[in-house]
Amino acid sequence: MPHSVTPGSTPAEDSSRTISQVEPVKSELDTQDAHMADAPSPADTPAEAQAEERMEKQAKVNLEDMFDGEDSDPEFPSSAPQPKSEAESSQPAPIRINPRSVFSDPEIMKAFYQRLFPFRYLFQWLNHSPSPTNDFAHREFAFTLPNDAYLRYQSFPTADLLRKQCLDQLPSRFEIGPVYSANPRDRKTLRKASSFRPLAKELVFDIDMTDYDDIRTCCTGASICHKCWAFITMAIKVLDVALREDFGFKHILWVYSGRRGAHAWVCDKRARELDDTKRRAIAGYLELLKGGDQGGKRVNVHRPLHPHLDRSLNILKEHFQASILHEQDPWTEEKSAHLLNLLPDPTLRAALQKKWDSSPSRPSASKWADIDSVAKSGALSKSSKDLLEAKQDIVLEYTYPRLDAEVSKKLNHLLKSPFVVHPGTGRVCVPIDTRIVEEFDPLGVPTVTQLLTEIDEWQGTEEDGKKVQDWEKTSLKPYIEFFKVFIAGLLKEEKSGLKREREEGTEAMEF
Amino acid sequence: MIRHDYSRVDPKRRADINYKKRQFAKAEFQQQDYEHRLNYYVLPPTAEITLEEFETWAINRLKVLSELEACGFRNRSPEETAEYMTSILNKYLPLRSNSSRSQSLQEERKKDHYSHFILRLAFSATEDLRRRFSRLETMLFRLRFKDDDLLERRDFVSSLKLEWEEVGNAEKREFRDELAAAGGSKKGDEQEWFKVDWERVPELVEQRKVFLKRGKAYVPQREQMSLVVAEFTRRLDEALELTARALPRLDEDDRLAPILAHLSQSFTAPDAAYSSSDAEIDGLSAINANAIDSLTQNFPLCMRNLHMTLRANSHLKHYGRLQYTLFLKGIGLSLDECIVFWRRSFKLITDEKFQKEYRYNVRHSYGDVGGDANRRGRGYTPYSCQKLLTEALPGTGQAHGCPYRTLTQDSVEPLIAMLQRTGVADRDVLKTVKEDVAKKRYHVACNRVFEHAHKKEIKKVRDDGSWSATDLDTIVHPNTYFKRSWLLKHLGEGNAGVVGGDKMEE
Ligand SMILES: [Zn+2]
Repeated sequence: MPHSVTPGSTPAEDSSRTISQVEPVKSELDTQDAHMADAPSPADTPAEAQAEERMEKQAKVNLEDMFDGEDSDPEFPSSAPQPKSEAESSQPAPIRINPRSVFSDPEIMKAFYQRLFPFRYLFQWLNHSPSPTNDFAHREFAFTLPNDAYLRYQSFPTADLLRKQCLDQLPSRFEIGPVYSANPRDRKTLRKASSFRPLAKELVFDIDMTDYDDIRTCCTGASICHKCWAFITMAIKVLDVALREDFGFKHILWVYSGRRGAHAWVCDKRARELDDTKRRAIAGYLELLKGGDQGGKRVNVHRPLHPHLDRSLNILKEHFQASILHEQDPWTEEKSAHLLNLLPDPTLRAALQKKWDSSPSRPSASKWADIDSVAKSGALSKSSKDLLEAKQDIVLEYTYPRLDAEVSKKLNHLLKSPFVVHPGTGRVCVPIDTRIVEEFDPLGVPTVTQLLTEIDEWQGTEEDGKKVQDWEKTSLKPYIEFFKVFIAGLLKEEKSGLKREREEGTEAMEF
Repeated sequence: MIRHDYSRVDPKRRADINYKKRQFAKAEFQQQDYEHRLNYYVLPPTAEITLEEFETWAINRLKVLSELEACGFRNRSPEETAEYMTSILNKYLPLRSNSSRSQSLQEERKKDHYSHFILRLAFSATEDLRRRFSRLETMLFRLRFKDDDLLERRDFVSSLKLEWEEVGNAEKREFRDELAAAGGSKKGDEQEWFKVDWERVPELVEQRKVFLKRGKAYVPQREQMSLVVAEFTRRLDEALELTARALPRLDEDDRLAPILAHLSQSFTAPDAAYSSSDAEIDGLSAINANAIDSLTQNFPLCMRNLHMTLRANSHLKHYGRLQYTLFLKGIGLSLDECIVFWRRSFKLITDEKFQKEYRYNVRHSYGDVGGDANRRGRGYTPYSCQKLLTEALPGTGQAHGCPYRTLTQDSVEPLIAMLQRTGVADRDVLKTVKEDVAKKRYHVACNRVFEHAHKKEIKKVRDDGSWSATDLDTIVHPNTYFKRSWLLKHLGEGNAGVVGGDKMEE
């Protein structure tokens, strides 16, 4: 059944392919990803607490209202057939989208949660087992409601109950926190405060373009383009290989944050169980740039370079020429002063200064090349090794990943869930396939209104009585399929890990 | 030159202990043999000890841990801490190497072992105490590990049977450059590495001091300490969790419960029982009531606060009077002189009222009246810092307690004003004092002020070696404050060389 969706209702389809134009909606939300929720604490304001209490009441739903899964997954069949609920069995009512509709409209969010959001896979991802476990049931979710109220300590025994609350409340987004030692909803009724503590959570990373603002020349603020997305691509490449090669992690999910950054979820059991000290250790190992953007030298590493930095430098060198020198062109005109600051050799600095003063508009690539040519012509008082190292430091300063390290250091930090809609852009937070990370186009990620239109325009037919899911009719399909494969890999290892534990357990029992 | 006689068990309790001691005397359980100086404290003690040993050993270890903590609070470097702690450790918890061939090796190690487990019991009750205990025990272990005899240390480490995989020659060749780069060593250095799960050396990972490969950290031999220490902490934390869970079920010996409670309370500020030697100060002739005003220069802030309040109002309320009387008794003011002091100070009341309402209390404090027990014990003991820091806060018009705590409840300004009135004007000192009290480290703030006020003198006795580090350890009793202050301010006035404790009364 077609919906009355007008094609023009999709935002951010203008020719410049910049998404700053769709910025106006709640831009501040973007920066809150990581900062608003830290240690578990009661709701901050009375109003919030009341809202929270209300929610908790609402959450006690009748079990018969539960939905069955959105589709039947051959790998994880439901143990018992459940009656299909009304909302699932009949076609949803058409959504009225007119040219002025925006993606935060309640109707649109409702249709999104009802027809597109992959609750079932989200459940499998967090539950680590086909049948419901505390890994899911004791997991904290935090909802941001349309009125900006923030509800912490939500939890759900099943995917369907999570879906139900999403449909009831239409959160503009929700975040995922740790698995606790008890049900987060029961935390106030526990006799001892110490019996409510975080046990496990994926190791997470947050890379945001804000941290690159001092070296980004193509865009400012919340806007991004293909040129500056290269920073995120470089960061993903460097971090992904370090997490795999150095730490031995295998199940790393990279997710587009919906506007101008990316998140990583390291899902290996070994990563989920890290305490804060060890999370801090990894963050410290991966963090390189010190200090803010006060213009000083931010890379100070000893030689020989640690193997991780050496490998990173080799990866980044290739990008430096194209992405930094040509596309960002960071040292035009008077901005070359910063480059001069980073060179340790006063004689060389003076010679370069002179050269560039006479032609300030020389492109950055030429200025970079000037360093070596002027040095070779004799204007070098220190050793060429010092100069080489200074140049390596500069490459690192302009390309090495800039982490929001605080996000990674705490077991109980919350992070926005994959597949929610970014409230500022309408784009879905889709996974990024690191094997083809350079092909990922943040500006080509579908928006929620676009996806709903695609459902309407779908021309295919359902064969052999097999129901085609709504998401399969849209450009969300490859992302969800990627997610399914990712989960299958994780669950396979989880299963063999469990088997191993059992075997070792019995051996230990048999003396 | 100063003899500290910390007889920490107060007389009332001691009588009790002697009685128990007889019951406890026959130790039938097996004695453990301590092969190594260092101990991971895996096996709990099995032999019996006397109740007195139980308490003294625990208090001695507590003293060591408190001093270690104070070093941390004062940002002493590892070298300064090691130096400062040497004499403290020798005095309270000596632990000699096998090569010393000392007769008391086993006895020392037993004390170290038992005292650790007693404190583990006392400090496992709350998360906060556990974390603090674990941190301090780790510091102590690291300190001892560092100065352990190299050969004996190697034996100890191999006795731990930690799961370390040695890096073979093939692998060493394969990762030669990486290993050298990560370890910061020069090429060609012959070195040994071992492989462990990276989680076991988080601090080396954080600082990128190890080479990582698929979850394994390649740790150079010389970083072994970091690993051994991390493993010590890990096991201790685990054990503390277990103890905490077992605590409520422990069929607690009702003789131990009060001692354990007292010990854990002492962790707030280390407790020091008043020692009679604090009253015997070389070169200080018998104090009379008239001398108090000038002696206040050597008083700690808590007593100066009381004295100034007394002078301002010609009166002090009950708890302040009690605290001050006991302190004055502690510095050697006789009962008669003390009564004179109070009578003159309470200018606004009649003799009759004084006799009726105040005289008795002063006599009671001195053990001159009251029940047998009070008289035998010569009254109450002067209050320690811990006592002052744990009692209820003073109400309006009251001035007792520790001013670093009581004058900083709403704002730090009343304390700062008070310090300035007593002549502490140095901005850096005031700033650090503010930081200390913000962190509730009241006794650290007080010690800092002491050190500032006696900077010159402390330097002198340190430089000429006439005072040892234990003579200058952290002050945890107002009477110690006075005694040390007075001695420092009267250096070279004929009192040097006279050992306190045997001074004849005139
Ligand atoms: Zn851009």
